[in-house]
Amino acid sequence: MPLLEHFDLIEAIILSVIAASTPLLLAASGELVVERSGVLNLGVEGMMIMGAACGFAGAYMSGSTLVGALCGILAGAGMAAIFGILTLGLAVNQVATGLALTILGVGLSGLIGASFVGTKIVPAAQLHLPYLTDIPFIGRILFGEDAFVYFSVALVIAIWMFLYRSRAGLVLRAVGDNHASAHALGYPVLRIRMLAVLFGGACAGLGGAFLPLAYTPFFIPGMTAGRGWIALALVVFSSWRPGRLVAGAYLFGAVSILQLHTQAFGLGIPSQLMSSLPYLATVIVLVLISRTRGTAGSAAPASLGQVFVPDR
Amino acid sequence: MQLVLERRPERSAVIAIASPLIAVALTIVTFAALFAIMGKDPLVAIYVYFIEPLTDPFTLQEIAVKATPLVMIAVGLALCYIANIWNIGAEGQFIVGAVCGSWLAVRTNGTDVGHWVLPAMLVLGALGGALYALIPAICRVYFGASEILTSLMLVYVANYGMDYLVRGPWRDPQGLNFPTTAAFDPAASIPTLFEGGRMHVGSIITLIVVMLATVLLGRTIRGFEIRVVGAAPRAARFSGFNADRLVLLTFAISGALAGLAGIIEVAGPIGHLDPGVSSNLGFTAIIVAFLGRLNPGGILIAGLFLALTFIGGEGAQISLKVPLDVTKVFQGILLFYVLACDSLIVYRIRLLRSVRKVAHAAS
Amino acid sequence: MLDVSSQAGSSLPAPLLSAVSISKRYGDFLANDGIDLDLFPAEIHALLGENGAGKSTLVKVMYGLIQPSGGELRWKGQKVVLSGPSEARALGIGMVFQHFSLFENLTVAENVALGLPPTESFAAISARLAETARLYGLPLDPKREVWRLSVGERQRIEIVRALMQNPKLLILDEPTAVLTPQEADQLFIVLERLKNEGRAILYISHKLEEVKRLCDTATILRLGKKVATCNPRQETAASLARMMVGAEIGEVKVPAARTAAAPRLLIHKLTLEPDDPHGTRLKDITLEVCGGEIVGVAGVAGNGQDELFAALSGERHAASAGAIVIDGRAAGHLNVNDRRRMGAAFVPEERLGHGTAPRMKLSENALLTGHAASGMVKGGFISKIAMLAHVDRTTKSFDVRKAKRDPEAVSLSGGNLQKFVVGREILRDPGILVVSQPTWGVDAGAAAVIRQALVDLAGRGSAVLVISQDLDELTEIADRIAVMFHGKLSPPLEAAQATRERLGLLMGGADPAAREDEEEAKHAVGA
Repeated sequence: MPLLEHFDLIEAIILSVIAASTPLLLAASGELVVERSGVLNLGVEGMMIMGAACGFAGAYMSGSTLVGALCGILAGAGMAAIFGILTLGLAVNQVATGLALTILGVGLSGLIGASFVGTKIVPAAQLHLPYLTDIPFIGRILFGEDAFVYFSVALVIAIWMFLYRSRAGLVLRAVGDNHASAHALGYPVLRIRMLAVLFGGACAGLGGAFLPLAYTPFFIPGMTAGRGWIALALVVFSSWRPGRLVAGAYLFGAVSILQLHTQAFGLGIPSQLMSSLPYLATVIVLVLISRTRGTAGSAAPASLGQVFVPDR
Repeated sequence: MQLVLERRPERSAVIAIASPLIAVALTIVTFAALFAIMGKDPLVAIYVYFIEPLTDPFTLQEIAVKATPLVMIAVGLALCYIANIWNIGAEGQFIVGAVCGSWLAVRTNGTDVGHWVLPAMLVLGALGGALYALIPAICRVYFGASEILTSLMLVYVANYGMDYLVRGPWRDPQGLNFPTTAAFDPAASIPTLFEGGRMHVGSIITLIVVMLATVLLGRTIRGFEIRVVGAAPRAARFSGFNADRLVLLTFAISGALAGLAGIIEVAGPIGHLDPGVSSNLGFTAIIVAFLGRLNPGGILIAGLFLALTFIGGEGAQISLKVPLDVTKVFQGILLFYVLACDSLIVYRIRLLRSVRKVAHAAS
Repeated sequence: MLDVSSQAGSSLPAPLLSAVSISKRYGDFLANDGIDLDLFPAEIHALLGENGAGKSTLVKVMYGLIQPSGGELRWKGQKVVLSGPSEARALGIGMVFQHFSLFENLTVAENVALGLPPTESFAAISARLAETARLYGLPLDPKREVWRLSVGERQRIEIVRALMQNPKLLILDEPTAVLTPQEADQLFIVLERLKNEGRAILYISHKLEEVKRLCDTATILRLGKKVATCNPRQETAASLARMMVGAEIGEVKVPAARTAAAPRLLIHKLTLEPDDPHGTRLKDITLEVCGGEIVGVAGVAGNGQDELFAALSGERHAASAGAIVIDGRAAGHLNVNDRRRMGAAFVPEERLGHGTAPRMKLSENALLTGHAASGMVKGGFISKIAMLAHVDRTTKSFDVRKAKRDPEAVSLSGGNLQKFVVGREILRDPGILVVSQPTWGVDAGAAAVIRQALVDLAGRGSAVLVISQDLDELTEIADRIAVMFHGKLSPPLEAAQATRERLGLLMGGADPAAREDEEEAKHAVGA
């Protein structure tokens, strides 16, 4: 029956959108917290790809997705630690350091992942609840996802509650607004920022690990394909608010897998054009978002990217 | 006991000169350690990477060939970075320049055209790179969009665009279905300088670019403008400099240089257009720019050094079975050390006796 | 020098907080040198000294923000080591900084909560905040974002935040620098009340009349050392000044009669939207400055002075070309360098970052404003010789003290850098000079040099416009004074009519003409 066929197709599309959006959501959520504390970490791509390489290596060698995910998290956090030491400990320019982190991450991940190219692992298990998962159409979408997806949603909610309903979150927002004032009030600005940076690294690492652990069960060098940069754009797009971040992540996820589906429809559009859509879309979105903000001023945390050296 | 940073009253001139050297030394030491872990003899590895390429005239020329586009692109990037304008898309501008110049070569391939082809290709390459770079510049100036993200996104777009062209309309019909254009005619190729080597006219052009940039930055009012906009934007405005115009100008210049480097690479050492043309030169150039401390003379030395490591890496791949990725890791670590050492020019590290407690710990 | 520290009105023998031989060294520089200070309850103690004397440093030591290099603090006779502001607060020390520690994009309640220990719930803090504010006559709305508030309102947040911790000692660092005279009076009422509640108050200032009015005791610092402790009410402003500065400061010599020539700078119905969302809109500003005169623009910061300066300098273009007229030519649409070529010069409020590029050398900073019209650029190429010559000339004429011939701007002290920045412009012999906050944060010696230079420039026939928060300064050198409030400029008053009271009313937005009618009516009835 044609109607049911359509449902199946739409369900498949939605599932693929969710899968494509999850790594973006994970990485962007972490970066949102980092930027809210006033630090701009451009190394998300480097941290993500390291998360992918180490995550895959860990899962391959242990046979467990969880171990793989933990390896990814540690790899991302480890890279972030280097970034933190340089930008917070040595007051190095954040843009340059973030770029360096990306370059190092891409190179290092190629080195680590080289020995694993061509191997496969068991992809992450997907939830299966009796009856619930079998509900037509929404069953698999709501109850049949893998742990990464559920975690990413829980993460965003947790971040929202942290930022707006907790004391620690208030302090973090204050540090991002005016680090000099926060310091004058006695808050350890550098320590708070370091914790935020490590958290962001962990999230980026996890987002990267998702790719070889759940999305495609193998590792290709460079498999993040710029998702880390898109995650950065997402944070801007979301005006540094978690709610909007979810919307943005799913929007971009949808655009990024559009090319697969249009090829299925056989529309005769060159595949390269479709592949470049997510990147073009990012540029367009950034332009529109910045333009509408215009005279209303930037919603960015006021001390974003500024170097802070406390006087004693 | 705690280590803290303290701002120096004046930038330390001594460290300014020593910093890149210290960074290189630290990196080499780190690498020796890494090689030891990998089970290779560290001293042999250092020899293969850094010394061996200098022993043979052919590889010396290869170093020059590799350094030429790196230095050319990096000089353009330095002009941007000094002004705190972050052009990350040099890779894309390189590709677009290569494509625009190649268009003419492909168009006139096999026909008997005059020697105007090559200069025209170079002009097209520079123009293409400049126009492509103006896109993120315009996005920033007129819409306030971050040039870091837009210029980078356009790299992916440029890559896909070139991929389409060489697999489709521009594919060499006699090429056995490989994704590449036909080899360029001699009239459309860059002449080499010496017999038995690949060093070409592009190196001369690069040297000229370095000299012009040095003069521009140090002795002209435009160079002063670039430096002030980067150092103190509000003071720059007070001085009457228009930061928006500068964004457009520096992006255009660096895009032109990247595009020129692109067409020179394609019309010179490579000889045709295919998807592997760029091999991340645009990103490596970023490292060269920082390693050279955003100074054209320093960039020349840094570019040669990095080219040395590329050639050394190729040698190591053959003789030591070390993967090429190691070179990339080396460059990344080197950049980190450079940034860290550079911080000591402006700050000094001190040991503090007392420890500051966290707020509200007592209450 | 008299030392009457034990004569202050206190009933308790032991001081609440004592600084005993406190020293603080920064590299070669000794900010505090063996300072002794005793603070008693129910007493307002002034800490006097000019800019750079070490007052802020000493107070930061007392608040635990900085660790002293030598000496110790004693609380109620017991030695204490404060490793952070939270410990100071736990003891009962509260501080209101000169530069507020506020977060613009957060609400009043959130700002207050951040300054308090995390033991109270947010709701409880909000409620207590409103109550305390009401109690002391400092009304605040907990839900408003700070960027919407005026400077005076922001100070209230700082004060209420400090009061909510029930401090036994309250330190205030130059609190009236950003207040109108009427707001300052309000503050004094609150401080008297706190004193009567038995609290100790340490009041840092360099305003002598204020200190004489408000304070019971005064300790005077000069160049990092304590010079004296005395009763300010028994001293004259002159004697206090002498102790602060160590010598007679030459008074600025103002010519008795000024002959004003034709207007050289005309501002005509200038209206400008702010380019910053937190900025002030300029409305219909009209003013003329004639050759040979100094016109002052008074007003508390944040009322449009920055926007006015930007419009005058050309950093922002006016809506109409005729809004700004320089020597008869419409300049509203011209950029900074065109105006400089017409003979105008500008000195902005912020010397580091706006007036100079801090990490660039003085010679390059000379080029900053000189490249348009001072012969330092030939055919696009810069002339180092000309730049250095300019630096040498400025150094000589304005007595700029520096470590070497061409240091980085940031390495100069505030006063010396300001002399350089002002001198750099005056040496170009401009027909028009617009200067904003010429002596902010500058020591008295340099301030006198700068003010004299401004007067001399006017004396040579130039038109000088001075934007300043310092009423004393304006009354000293200006021929006419107008007041900015909420983006509007009042009609200028002649120097003779520009009393502190009238200016204060205008700065607070009240209309002195209406006030005068009120006064007359009262007289008529009461007599």
